Amino acid sequence: MIVAERKCVPELLDIIKDLQNLLVLGCGTCVTVCLAGGEREVGIIASALRMTTKLNDLKINVEELTIERQCDNVFIEQAAEAIERNDAVLSLGCGAGVQAIAERYPEKPVYAGLNTTFIGILEERGVWTEKCAACGNCVLHNFGGICPVTRCAKHLLNGPCGGSKEDRCEVHPDRECAWQLIYQRLKNIGQLDRLKKITPPKNWKSSLAGGYRTIIREDHRI
Amino acid sequence: MIAKPFEPKIIAFCCHYCAYASADLMGSMRIQYPPNIRIIRTPCTGRLEVGYYMKALENGADGVLVAGCMEGGCHFIDGNLYAKRRVNHIREMFEEIGLEKERLRMVNVSASMARPLADHIIDMVETVRQLGPSSLQNKTTFNQSETAQ
Repeated sequence: MIVAERKCVPELLDIIKDLQNLLVLGCGTCVTVCLAGGEREVGIIASALRMTTKLNDLKINVEELTIERQCDNVFIEQAAEAIERNDAVLSLGCGAGVQAIAERYPEKPVYAGLNTTFIGILEERGVWTEKCAACGNCVLHNFGGICPVTRCAKHLLNGPCGGSKEDRCEVHPDRECAWQLIYQRLKNIGQLDRLKKITPPKNWKSSLAGGYRTIIREDHRI
Repeated sequence: MIAKPFEPKIIAFCCHYCAYASADLMGSMRIQYPPNIRIIRTPCTGRLEVGYYMKALENGADGVLVAGCMEGGCHFIDGNLYAKRRVNHIREMFEEIGLEKERLRMVNVSASMARPLADHIIDMVETVRQLGPSSLQNKTTFNQSETAQ
């Protein structure tokens, strides 16, 4: 899922300070799960904004709403009236959500209330870790399901780097060396021979090098 | 005309299994405590959404006291420990907002600790009295509207 974290209140205040009516719009999907932009967080942020604007002698009417998904027009429709009656939208969705709302309402300013951070998983309550860099050319099958692009601090495809100590990363000694994990995992599943193969330099064309990426599925188009 | 001295309004969220029972015991023992406290019973401090603390301050309280069980003594095992982390998180947020973090405090008592709870209440009331009325009270209120999902 996409993981995000909230912007600090003074930054949000700076973004909204010239408005009169603001809609704080939450998203019920990824950012709800990562406790950054769901219904509960919308309530907290809206409350914080009401207080901080009052303390700064600003008169901003803050409205709250959370929709199921911000990156989908079908769900954005549910927020149509609320968006119409406010001067601007402070979206607590991920970057995709913010842009989807902005595209759907070209005349309405839409601001990001969160910093969208990475694609990751919940490790334990309150701890999320990045697992995928969305490079567009997945190599997980070669590395026992552990992504060296994301999890090795040096993004090495032919590791380890030689700087790791025991099973610790040289760059972040508090973390496990991704290549140690890859070795252990391949050993466990009996595929250590995969490491004998030298992996050629990765083709980054499928990543962000050429701007945004698009997938077109002709078989599903109408 | 003599100005009325400031009397803080404090919301106290009291856990049913300890602080609320303790407040009851305070009454039975005829222990005096300031009338500035408005007690709200909660099944466990771990049940409290952080939004409640925000709303209390936003809607006119000068301070919020969260009274849970002693650490290790929660009826639901660790609800009070969750509450402690959440209170600390919101105290930091209060500073971002521009409010004094001392307006929100968590204390731990057991059901038999009537006197210590009274002392906590007296201390909280005095702390907030020293801070003065919440800065939000001096500002003109602006029409607030919320749309439920």
